Amino acid sequence: MTLSRRETLTIGLGAFAATFVLPKFAFAATEDAIAEFTGGAATGQGDLTLTAPEIAENGNTVPIEIDAPGAEAVLILAAGNPNPDVATFHFGPLAGSHVASTRIRLAGTQDVVAVAKMSDGSFVEARQEVKVTIGGCGG
Amino acid sequence: MIARRHFLQAGLAASALVGASGFGQWARLAAQQSLTQEDLIGGPGSGTVSLVHITDIHAQTQPIYFREPEINLGVGAVNGKPPHITGDAFRSAFGIEAGSARDYALTHDDFVSLAKAYGRMGGLDRIATVVKAIKGDRPEALVLDGGDTWQGSLPALRTQGADMVRLFNALGTDAMTAHWEFTLGSERVRDIVEGELDPAFLGANIFDAEWDEPAFEPMQMFERGGHQIAVIGQAFPYMPIANPGWMFPELSFGIRQERMAEVVQSARDQGAAAVVLLSHNGFDVDRKLAADIPGIDVILTGHTHDAIPEPVMVGKTALIASGSHGKFVSRVDLDLDGSGVKGIEHRLIPIFSDVIAPDPEMAALVEETRAPFAEEMSEVLGETSSLLYRRGNFNGTWDDLICNALISEREADIALSPGFRWGASLIPGQQITREDVFNVTAMSYPEAYRTEMTGEFLHTVMEDVADNLFNPDPYYQQGGDMVRVGGLGYRIDISKPQGARISEMTLLRTGAPIDPATSYVVAGWASVNEGTEGPPIWEVVESHIRRLGTVSLEPNDSVDVVTG
Repeated sequence: MTLSRRETLTIGLGAFAATFVLPKFAFAATEDAIAEFTGGAATGQGDLTLTAPEIAENGNTVPIEIDAPGAEAVLILAAGNPNPDVATFHFGPLAGSHVASTRIRLAGTQDVVAVAKMSDGSFVEARQEVKVTIGGCGG
Repeated sequence: MIARRHFLQAGLAASALVGASGFGQWARLAAQQSLTQEDLIGGPGSGTVSLVHITDIHAQTQPIYFREPEINLGVGAVNGKPPHITGDAFRSAFGIEAGSARDYALTHDDFVSLAKAYGRMGGLDRIATVVKAIKGDRPEALVLDGGDTWQGSLPALRTQGADMVRLFNALGTDAMTAHWEFTLGSERVRDIVEGELDPAFLGANIFDAEWDEPAFEPMQMFERGGHQIAVIGQAFPYMPIANPGWMFPELSFGIRQERMAEVVQSARDQGAAAVVLLSHNGFDVDRKLAADIPGIDVILTGHTHDAIPEPVMVGKTALIASGSHGKFVSRVDLDLDGSGVKGIEHRLIPIFSDVIAPDPEMAALVEETRAPFAEEMSEVLGETSSLLYRRGNFNGTWDDLICNALISEREADIALSPGFRWGASLIPGQQITREDVFNVTAMSYPEAYRTEMTGEFLHTVMEDVADNLFNPDPYYQQGGDMVRVGGLGYRIDISKPQGARISEMTLLRTGAPIDPATSYVVAGWASVNEGTEGPPIWEVVESHIRRLGTVSLEPNDSVDVVTG
């Protein structure tokens, strides 16, 4: 029987995905993707809210939402996925609200990263760790 | 500083406990003679509005013994703070005399001798007496149930919670939230909520999984004493992870802090003079929530089974922890005026079953719900010469017995038993009935599986569970205790990050280190996965007890705990 990494999450009591060590290339790829988006500019804290569960109920489909009033574009990355790129949302000048939500697949416990390009040209970053776990002992 | 200690908690005989403590508590037991129902319940309360809080009763309608934890470690910012103190530290924090009634109710020391002196605690008929007394003083008192009500006994299992629904309706419950309720299946929960249930069923964090829309009412507004009292419900956040998600596939949970902030704001906008959160988050999660979300006056905490005799204040929010298994009822009196809550008084009322008189109506109703199962439940399977308890971060003796049963009945190298916090205790000399076994095993996914796992996989499992307990951020904790193991020894350093906590895993049968590449036969129960096969765990345990005749457990020193 061949199991994908995701399928192992539903097997037995355990899952390999929960503690696997993030490969170095994933971190590097995340940093590269941020640098490409910002053109190398530093990111700060600001008006960007990233909403994600602390612990994923299902690593295959993790709901996330960004809310970034004043942003022209928001880059979403899954820092621990083999390919961290998730999406870039663009908001035009007529956008009623600068909110977007989607569902993403996470290969294991990792940071989800959002970087917003604000209309003044600055960049704002938010990140949250999302745990992909076995569970089974909540009592 | 690293403090390293072995702990011995299993199978301590009564004489050893008395001898070891040096409290000389017997002289003080005379104090029990002066315990009265009136003293326990107390006189008229202060303020204008009263809340009655019961939580995590786990379908225990009868008086029981329940030993509080000896090991209840906190990590990060909560290290050494209630509820993460036990024994001496607990007594000195709350000014409790060793050997006193409060000591027996709230700590683990000298449990057997004190249990013999003070007797069982809880009993829904006694709780009804207390609720009626409070309502006698304050007729409009709100009765709030924190959940884990419909699971944990044989009658609750057989009736799919119908017995407890009926009993808590009769108690006059105004609102409830949930956790184990959903392990009856979401369809059953909806049937109960729409058909049989009197209290409001509240869960601000219960959403439709597909559309991410609220699936149950988040809040109920009650008018009491001319004031609007908002009661917000928060169900156990990690339902689909800690319990079988396939039993409620259309629902999504989570802490959903932003949602909670919205609901609190909406309660204020609707004119709430007091905002009460009826929570099944677990204590540490609620402590963080209280710090992050302003505007909640009282959090009635649940899930982690902590009993704390005083409110824990976080800013202006009072956290109330009312214990479990019917051992306690909390009364919270709110002093309200137009501008909000001016003062809060709390009584943690211990339900000493030999002191508080049963309410005859509730006693009759409880009897009625038990009658169909009375004969089956009363069958004696054996007896115990050891104290049997479960609560504590690592092994408990009930779990040692269950793990031994799994290893011997299922012919396994290693046994795993979930770190549940529910399950009544038995004291040495007691007979073990079928009811007693169901009190520590009754749930809807009881299959005792037998499988093979590599040493590496076992390590991963244990690291994962340890992080659910010891992650320094409470929002990443699930509120159970550590998975119990049989046939396996290990060392745990709770201060380390995930992946580095568990070491020195040893197969006890041979004394050999666990080899990451070798497969071991593992037996366990309560898998969250659909399609798990095996006999129900209570059959495995019953068979084991019948074969033993008398249960006598050796001290379990197989877990070496390192605290930071």
